[in-house]
Parts: sequence; C-alpha cells; structure tokens
Amino acid sequence: MTEPATEFPPPKILTLSPAHKPILITQGAEGRLYKTPSPFQPDQFCALKYRPPKPYRHPILDARLTKARISSEAKVLDRCYREGVPVPAVLAKDAAAGWMMIEWIEGEPVRVGINKWLGERPEDDAVVDHSQEDETPLIDLMKRIGVAVGALHRTGVVHGDLTTSNMMLRPWADDRLPNGHGDKAEKAKAVAGDVVVIDFGLAMQSQSDEDRAVDLYVLERAFASTHPRAERLFHHILDSYRGAFKKAPGVLHKLEDVRMRGRKRSMLG
Amino acid sequence: MSQPHSPPPPPAQPQPPNMTDLLKKPRRIALGCEGSANKLGIGIILHENDTSTVLSNIRHTFVSPPGTGFLPKDTAAHHRSFFVRIALQALRVANITIPDIDCICYTRGPGMGAPLTSVAIAARTLSLLWNKPLVGVNHCVGHIEMGRAITGASHPVVLYVSGGNTQVIAYAEQRYRIFGEALDIAVGNCLDRFARTLEISNDPAPGYNIEQLAKQGGRILLDLPYAVKGMDCSFSGILTRADELAAHMKSGGKGPDGEAFTPADLCFSLQETIFAMLVEITERAMAHVGSSQVLIVGGVGCNERLQEMMGAMAAERGGSVYATDERFCIDNGIMIAHAGLLAYETGFQTPIEESTCTQRFRTDEVLVKWRK
Ligand SMILES: Nc1ncnc2c1ncn2[C@@H]1O[C@H](COP(=O)(O)OP(=O)(O)O)[C@@H](O)[C@H]1O
Ligand SMILES: [Mg+2]
Repeated sequence: MTEPATEFPPPKILTLSPAHKPILITQGAEGRLYKTPSPFQPDQFCALKYRPPKPYRHPILDARLTKARISSEAKVLDRCYREGVPVPAVLAKDAAAGWMMIEWIEGEPVRVGINKWLGERPEDDAVVDHSQEDETPLIDLMKRIGVAVGALHRTGVVHGDLTTSNMMLRPWADDRLPNGHGDKAEKAKAVAGDVVVIDFGLAMQSQSDEDRAVDLYVLERAFASTHPRAERLFHHILDSYRGAFKKAPGVLHKLEDVRMRGRKRSMLG
Repeated sequence: MSQPHSPPPPPAQPQPPNMTDLLKKPRRIALGCEGSANKLGIGIILHENDTSTVLSNIRHTFVSPPGTGFLPKDTAAHHRSFFVRIALQALRVANITIPDIDCICYTRGPGMGAPLTSVAIAARTLSLLWNKPLVGVNHCVGHIEMGRAITGASHPVVLYVSGGNTQVIAYAEQRYRIFGEALDIAVGNCLDRFARTLEISNDPAPGYNIEQLAKQGGRILLDLPYAVKGMDCSFSGILTRADELAAHMKSGGKGPDGEAFTPADLCFSLQETIFAMLVEITERAMAHVGSSQVLIVGGVGCNERLQEMMGAMAAERGGSVYATDERFCIDNGIMIAHAGLLAYETGFQTPIEESTCTQRFRTDEVLVKWRK
C-alpha cells in the first residue's frame, strides 16, 4: 500500500471531536481509510472509509459515483453481515458526504501475509524445489479464502474486485496460533488468521453463474499477477469454494468459458 | 511452371550473435519495422553504454475517408507500397551505413494480420539481403520500453491505451503482467467508432479530432454508463449509448436540461466518462502494487485531457505521470527497434523460419530478460 504522501484534510465528521485524532491508515484505490475511536464505544476503534472528491473527475460524475458507491457498499456489507459472511459491520454512513463508518478489523491484508510467506526472492519459479517445503499453512489459507468467497456468493453478492488486498487476515487468539519458534513458525504465523472480506465498493447483488465466474476470474488473475510464485496453488481456492457453495459446479463450469474468452479475446478491439 | 534454372542456393543464415562480442561493442544499432495497424513506421536506435539514442523515426499513416475505418487489405497495400521509401528515408536521416546495423526488428503482433504480414515479409527481406539477424517484437512491450526510455520512469504502472488495446500493466518477476484490461472493445476503438458516427475526419487521427471538438464542449455532461469492474472496464455499452444520443441529436432531440446539445457536448461527455474510468482502474492498480509512478503509452496516450486527469490522480498519490508525445505514443518503428535491441542484447533472436506474426500476442507472454 502506498504511504500517503501529503497530509490530507480528514472529512468533516472526523473533525467534530478534537480529542480524538484520526489516523490515516491508507490511501487505497479510491478511498482513504482512517482508524478512529468508535463514537459508540470509545474503548474500541472503528474504520472510517472516506471517498474524497476526485479532482480529476467531472464534479457531476464524481458526486454521482461517490454517492452510489457508498450507498451500495454499505447495503451489501449489511446484507453479508446479516447472513454471517465474514465482513466488517457497518456502524454509520453519510453517502452524500462520501463516508461510512465500519468495524475495525485487526491484522493485515492477505496479500501481505502471502508475500511474507513467499519471501522476497525473485527467483524463477521453475528452479525452486517446492517438494522440500511444507506448504500446509499456505494451502490452508487458500482454502479459507475459497470458503469465504463461497459464503459470499451464497448470499447472492458478487464482490467485483476480489484481490488479496481486499481480504484481511484477522489474527487468531494465541491458543489457535501455530506454536513453535524459528523461521518455520514465523512463516506459518504470517498466513494464520480468519479471512475477512473487505472493500465492497464495486460489489453487486447477483445470483448468476456468469457474474460469479467473473468474480473468480478476477481473483485468479489478480492472484497470478500479485503472487506469481504461488499461482500453482490457486486451485486450492477453487477446490474449497466447491465444498463451501452448493451451486459451485455450475460457476466453475462457467469459469472455464470466461477463461477461454479471456485468452481468446481479440487484442484488436 | 517450368524451371529453366536450378533453384538458388539457400541464403546463408545469419549467425547467432556472440554475446560477449556484441556487448563489448561500444555502439549497437537496430532497425525496427512496425505495421500492426494503419501506421507504417521504421526507426533506427543506437544503444551506447546505458544510453539509447533515436537516430531516426519515420512514419507514414494510412488515412481512410471520414465515416470509414481502415480495412486490413488496404492497410497492407499501403504498407507494401511505402516500405522501401520509408526505410530509405530512415537510413538517410540516421546517417548510418548498412554494416553499422546489428539486427532487424519487426512487430510479431498483436495487430491486424495482413498489415503485420506485409511488414514482416519486408523485414525478412532486409534480414536476408543484408545478412542481419531478425528479432520479433511484441508491440505492447515495444510501447512500454520506449515509454520508459524516453520518460525515465523506472518502475511505473503502465496504462497502455490504443486503437486495439486497453491494458493496465505492471512489471513483476521478468514479465509485464496485465492487471486490468478492457473486457470488450479497446478504448481507442470506441473513440474511433464514435468519430465515424459523427463523421469526424480521420486526419490526422479520429481521436485527435474528438479531443479538439471536446474542448468546445463542457456546458453539460451527458449521462453515459460508467462500466468499471475491479481493474477491468468495458466500453461497448458506452459506445452504444453515445451512438443513441448522437442519433437523438441529429433528429433534433433535446438534452436532459431541455436545450439542444452539440457534437462537442457529446465528445466532451464521452471523454470525461471513459477517461475517468481509465484513471480509476490505473489508480486501483497503483494502490495494489504500491507504485506512485504512472506511464501512459499508446496512441490514446497523446490525449492531453487524459494526461491531465492522470496527472491530477498521481499528484494526489504523491507521484507523477509520465507520457510521451505523438512521436512515441503513436505506433512507430523506433519502439520496435529499441525493445528488439534490448532482447537481442540478452541473446534473443528469431530464426527466419520462425519469423511469423500473430494477431494475438499477449503482453505477459514475453520473458523480459533485460530487466531485474
Ligand atoms: N474494516 C477495516 N479494518 C481495518 N483495516 C481496513 C478495513 N477496511 C479496509 N482496511 C484497510 O484499508 C485498505 C483500503 O481499504 P479498502 O476498503 O480496500 O478501500 P479501497 O476501495 O480504497 O481499496 C485495505 O487494503 C486495508 O488494508
Ligand atoms: Mg481495496
């Protein structure tokens, strides 16, 4: 995640209580995410997602998109939360002002965890001997991702932007953490935790196999381009998705078509 | 047909370069040939130590009449008839002799079949005639490498926008990886086709004329569908709606404010909407890979409104936008020469019997050996 380069003025809602200075966590793709004490439970934190006006965008288009996206993101989160999909709860929102307040999720994005596991070596995948390595903790994480996506699709929601940046890894309590010390245990800890899906800015309600398959295809491509060295393990996500969601066979069948289309897509327009 | 003479002996194959010798050479020169769409370009590049110098960069564009697009057959005929003229001019401007050239580079794809083939045949001919090795180049990689060389952007997220391609790309582990792309038609294709709807001139380019017309718009923003999915986007729905609005306008229809609207209003609204989409998917990729540099390449990248919007986005992220002007943005031979020479310097070449072209050639198929 890019470090914010300049000090941005926080949204007005965060300036009302001068005692609590909000912390700017990230400037994400289109929003800024602040960590701030919850106005409802001051001993707890909450996340405030703010979509500031985009200076590059025509103001009419900008207002239209901001309002629509905050409303729809909050609506979809509510629905998922109600149905037991692991997502942050919505605490408050003001769509026209461009913000919503949601539950704070501890931990790091899944992308960070996987990259910690994989390490920094930019080696050619072909020359690395994986047979020596116990990959169970990483594979288990992949399976938890598949289960989370299955639960999401089961509620009739497609995410629209499934990447490993848009999933958090909420740490387990100590008694669930892999025990032991040393490099191996550290690596295992990097990929431990519950998968919580975030960032529903492009989500929509849909029950169609096609939309669900595109969701998986986006994840597959994002995964391959973000973690090329773990690409060969991607099928574990799909395997556990199949187990978690009754309608998965139809979706996975459709996924083949979507992949074909992707590969065959004319580069000519 | 009778054969009065015995067939000529097969031409001598150029020997693979001896890499240590090649890299010891203080000056390495490549000639590049591009013709994947309606531009025929021939350029000559010089690599000296770590610097690249453009010795010549000549282009000739096949312009079709207003209301029409360029057809593969006519475009190929254009490239065939101009190739020799443009090649001679490139040599003359570069002021080099044939022995100075180390390799002949040509576009393998992606692009339109017939024009690609016509230029590949010409490149093969030069290779045999002058006994120089051939290097087949991916057109998209050519754009990226030339953009990096000209602007000095070291590790940018790349937005590649042209008549045939819309891709958001970032380099990782020896490949240019595609993070997002248009799911249906390319952005340039959308603009070109809308120019045809409005019967705007194709000279010098339909997109350029839309840009000029859009500058007179701005009174109203007409509502067009905004179609972004993650780092992907789609343009066909927008084109359909824009075409409908154009038909409505031509039949004397009014805009949402009850006033008549003009082609300029349409061009303005189209640009504002589709460029906002492009900036959005680029920003998402930047956030995803943690980069604050963005490089725009491809013909649509000349558009100053797009550059301005991208610049505003990048500035907010503490970065900047890198773009080139029409000499390098629009398809050209120099980018093929440059990317080809980079590959050649790592020992790559394309044996003549494998020197085919392909209409589909994804950016991430190329092993980028010249980068760490
Ligand atoms: N509820 C949350 N609790 C803690 N961190 C969060 C939460 N939501 C988002 N984040 C962090 O902020 C980043 C950006 O948030 P996200 O919702 O993905 O916004 P964007 O649409 O800008 O990508 C995430 O990658 C994550 O690191
Ligand atoms: Mg996000």
